[in-house]
Amino acid sequence: MSAILPPSERLWWKQPIAGQEWAWIGIAFVWAMIMFVMMIYWHINGKQNLSNEVYKTTTEMFTAKTEAFVKENTIRTETDQQIPVAKPNAKGEAFLLARLWSWYPILELEAGKTYKIHLSAVDYNHGFSLQPTNINIQVIPGYEHVVKMTPTKAGTYAIVCNEYCGIGHHTMLGRIYVK
Amino acid sequence: MATTYRTCPRTGLQFDLDADKLMRWNAVAGVLWLLVGGITALLVILTRWPAIKLLPADQFYLILTAHGIDMLILWIIFFEMAVLYFASSTLLRCRLATPKLAWVQFWLMVVGGIMTNVAIFQGESSVMFTSYVPMQAAPHFYLGIILFAVGALIGCGVFFGTLVVAKREKTYVGSIPLVTFGAMTAAIIAVFTIASGAAILIPTFLWSVGILKEIDAQLYRMVWWALGHSSQQINVSAHVAIWYLIAAVAFGAKPLSEKVSRFAFLLYILFLQLASAHHLLSDPGMSAEWKVLNTSYFMYFAVLASMIHGFTVPGAIEAAQRKKGLTNGLFEWLRKAPWGNPVFSGMFISLVGFGFIGGISGVVLGTEQINMLMHNTFYVPGHFHATVVVGTTLAFMSITYLLVPTLFRREMLFPKLCQIQPYLYGLSMIVLSLVMMGAGTLGVSRRHWDMAFSGAPFQYEWPGSAYLMMGLTGIFGVIAVIGGGLWIGLVVLSLLFGKKLDGGTTSDKPTPIPDQSAAASASHSGSEEHVGVPGTVVLAITLLVCFVLYYFVNWKYLSEVWGLS
Repeated sequence: MSAILPPSERLWWKQPIAGQEWAWIGIAFVWAMIMFVMMIYWHINGKQNLSNEVYKTTTEMFTAKTEAFVKENTIRTETDQQIPVAKPNAKGEAFLLARLWSWYPILELEAGKTYKIHLSAVDYNHGFSLQPTNINIQVIPGYEHVVKMTPTKAGTYAIVCNEYCGIGHHTMLGRIYVK
Repeated sequence: MATTYRTCPRTGLQFDLDADKLMRWNAVAGVLWLLVGGITALLVILTRWPAIKLLPADQFYLILTAHGIDMLILWIIFFEMAVLYFASSTLLRCRLATPKLAWVQFWLMVVGGIMTNVAIFQGESSVMFTSYVPMQAAPHFYLGIILFAVGALIGCGVFFGTLVVAKREKTYVGSIPLVTFGAMTAAIIAVFTIASGAAILIPTFLWSVGILKEIDAQLYRMVWWALGHSSQQINVSAHVAIWYLIAAVAFGAKPLSEKVSRFAFLLYILFLQLASAHHLLSDPGMSAEWKVLNTSYFMYFAVLASMIHGFTVPGAIEAAQRKKGLTNGLFEWLRKAPWGNPVFSGMFISLVGFGFIGGISGVVLGTEQINMLMHNTFYVPGHFHATVVVGTTLAFMSITYLLVPTLFRREMLFPKLCQIQPYLYGLSMIVLSLVMMGAGTLGVSRRHWDMAFSGAPFQYEWPGSAYLMMGLTGIFGVIAVIGGGLWIGLVVLSLLFGKKLDGGTTSDKPTPIPDQSAAASASHSGSEEHVGVPGTVVLAITLLVCFVLYYFVNWKYLSEVWGLS
């Protein structure tokens, strides 16, 4: 008689399904398909898709590439720690390295221009959380992720680390300037 | 195979005394872990409440690790072992297969749980529930989880064995009950989950003792989440089975259609384990095609299954109530439901909270591109407190109000407090989930000790509304802890001091479930029994409207952030 007893109809799979149930299954199915297609649609027509360009890397390789980028593009340094501020050249390639517990270097970008930002971590997992615009990307050691970004508005942006990375996690704050 | 059976005089349920004892011990172990989890919850909440900020950073991360492990693994899986034994041995009225092995299950899980907690509280394993490599915990942190998982696997084996016993000893006729079918779904997903857990935790253990040199950080995340997310799918199957169980016990409700409900469980088995992808949508290592296909459970087929259960569970209740004559208007069946009975009220809050808050937020969070708005923000724990706590934990709490008299043979003390507990806990947890998601929408990070970033080279000031949301998180978190603590108090006191109830007659032979299909066989198609469920249709359409609106609002938010390609 009920859900805790064997079905009273031995051939329960031959029982008809009521119209209201069919209707709901149909509606739910259509909605599922809409949601599925929506993700594909956004890949074709949306302007916010996470890049698929990824390379395997190592701590040494990525550190060296970032150092070379910083050396070539630094325009000034900031804070007592002399953190370099790098302004990518006309090609728009930039490197951003996550480590315990800082984002290196500070980037200076221009609104409306598209940049290829190479993201990687050299020790633990870190989380790239750009605020206040709220874009969140996982940063994983051993993987160099090339993300194309187009800043929309001038301002000072913070990069919060939002993947737990140890005791100093809350001090891991980076910066991006958009002019 | 000498065992004794007793028949509960109040419910008519028949318990194999071996299974009876195992269920009680597993449930009690679960409740004790819930107590540890609840204390750690309070400490976590009081630290994330910006106005209080109780613990220093190192203790906060330690306590947060313990909270995750003790709640998501220890409390829930211990309780699920009791559910599996109940759904097999009790509902099929047969002896439990290999009770000795079932005790191995219990003690392995006890030893494993304690071992992992020792590792955490020694302070060298504050790696969070997820323990992402290359951050390393002490070896016994991993070993404890491995032992626990082996125990759980044995428990699943005992469950399957019991199904075979019941079939062979012919204690029932026809097909297994729907609730047992749901528990079987949970057990099948559990086997997959534990296999994935073994595939990642055994190498990680070997790495922590220095035998393996390196584990790829992305590979770890993918395989670990086949454990981490799939284990939540065990919970979904288990608590949906409990919803059907409570509907059956409280209303005598019959599934609208056995075929539809069982098919929905089958969809869970086929598609739920793809959900590992939900955690990798903003990762570098997977292609967009992989993400789209996996995050949607192939093509949202598991979501479809949950939407079906979301219709058929209240639908079954409505049909049962209407047959009793509560046919006025759309909602008389619901208005005149036993809202003062915590078994029902808890179950219904669990159903609505899971569907409206947990379900919708989960699908939005698991949409490939939208995930970038929320990945690793406070939105994520907001979502899973609506699924795992309002959904699973509250369902387990409400079934306990039934199990204390039936299984433990004690009367619940303080019936008035029992009546308000599901409301206090369920509603505060729903608000808590909402404000957590609110904070996450504003960008606030999860697993983060200090919103003010003290000691950072620069400053970033969160908007005032984010602080407001975190303050509300604190307030409603504390209320929820009180509601949870009340439940633990009520259950423990009732088990110790509640009036002893008659256990019922015992016999050394099981009484099989009478064959009810004989009377109603061939000629009877069952279709004339169908009762319309207009109230449920209205509820379902309301859910869909909320779902569609919230889904597209988030696409709108996404379209406003920086261009990414």
